[in-house]
Amino acid sequence: MKTALKMSAVLAACCVALPATAQEVSSEKLDAVIEAAFANASADVKNRIYQDETQAVCSKYRDNPPDELWDAVLEREQANIAYPESDVLMGDWQVAMKEANNGYGWRIGDDKPGRVVGGNCYACHQLAPDEVAYGNLGPSLTGYGKDRVIDDQLIKATYDKIYNAQAVLPCSQMPRFGANGFLTPEQVADYVAMLLSPDSPVNE
Amino acid sequence: MLQPTYRFRISTWLTASAFVIAGTNAALSESALDKYHEMLSDPFSNPAWFAVDRGEELWNTGLQDCDLGLGPGVVEGAYAQMPRYFEDAGRVMDADTRIAWCRETLQGIPFAQSAGQAFSDKGKFSEMQDLTAFVAAQSEDMPIQIPMDHAKEKEAVAIGEELFYRRASYLDYSCATCHGNTGSRIRLQELSQMTDPEQAGAVMASWPTYRVSHETVRTTRTSWCRDGILADVSGQPRDCPDDAAPHVGLSLANASSRYRVWI
Repeated sequence: MKTALKMSAVLAACCVALPATAQEVSSEKLDAVIEAAFANASADVKNRIYQDETQAVCSKYRDNPPDELWDAVLEREQANIAYPESDVLMGDWQVAMKEANNGYGWRIGDDKPGRVVGGNCYACHQLAPDEVAYGNLGPSLTGYGKDRVIDDQLIKATYDKIYNAQAVLPCSQMPRFGANGFLTPEQVADYVAMLLSPDSPVNE
Repeated sequence: MLQPTYRFRISTWLTASAFVIAGTNAALSESALDKYHEMLSDPFSNPAWFAVDRGEELWNTGLQDCDLGLGPGVVEGAYAQMPRYFEDAGRVMDADTRIAWCRETLQGIPFAQSAGQAFSDKGKFSEMQDLTAFVAAQSEDMPIQIPMDHAKEKEAVAIGEELFYRRASYLDYSCATCHGNTGSRIRLQELSQMTDPEQAGAVMASWPTYRVSHETVRTTRTSWCRDGILADVSGQPRDCPDDAAPHVGLSLANASSRYRVWI
């Protein structure tokens, strides 16, 4: 199972997966360089430059960590998933469909209170077939829910993947949208509905 | 093999997204974009030359003795050989950093002040950007040849390479997330693959560039420290304000990857 997962991770991370070479520069040296560069930066900027443990491991091994660290990432990130208070994991696909085209949020300077933060899914994925401006860094999700049995297990698995991609696949290229606080649990539930609901344009 | 040369270019990538947002279909966007690129390919239509003229005036009022690596006052060809190690400063510097250093040593303008004015804004020129544009224009059509002899230059490359894979911030991105693959796109915007020496070289040879969407010239700083170090893919240029080492390392890593190919 682990090997199969790992193979698919390498495939998913495909083109980035250079062989993990020994670092010519130590992590400590690298941190010191970054710290010196932003010594007087704002709290917001400083918040962005320091890595958490998962980011550090994935960077060091260029997204292909050795087995024991692979397992450690998986375990840590699986413990790092929260669900909506309502426990409803299938939200409103219409809300998500708008947010899939919305790139606002969490950039430096994105400080308008109350403005909706979007997942900007189309930057990397194909979704509804009538939207031509989609990226290809992630797989096409067009028809994602069409040929699947929509049960609680699939709904939860889809939620977990969007909330914390690395709880499914360590060092995945996909952002940990929920775990990093980029999207709320309720938003993630809306995105689940966008992918799985038979009424969603994704499954036209 | 063809020796790539430095050239002023006009960058339109954000404009490409604008076409898409306008709701045109893919085929239309492409043909409209082709026409647009053709229009901008005329070097005399490049608004960056205004920045070059302003930069020349600034250069000639106090910086004439600045040593850009080829001796005091030699500007021609200097940009094509940076970043490089500077003995007098004891560190590796790119063009922007060196110009700021010269402003401090020759004109008494504090380094931090130059760093703080690294970017122009709407209706406000940046002397630093104008100076870099001027210096770069004196290497037009010249091959990029970074010296790469000094241990500090080699160390800077190694730092830059690690930074390329360093994941951080709210989206867990590194430079490699988007620029480590072949044939990748964000929306309809094609992405350069910076792990390919030829593509990295072409990118390095195209900065500084006139960004149509920013209505101004931008130098490599706009991208490296904003997207690369902060992993913050935003519209606002950011610098590494206190020490340019990460930025210099990334530039050198990218530029030298071509150096290894072309030597």
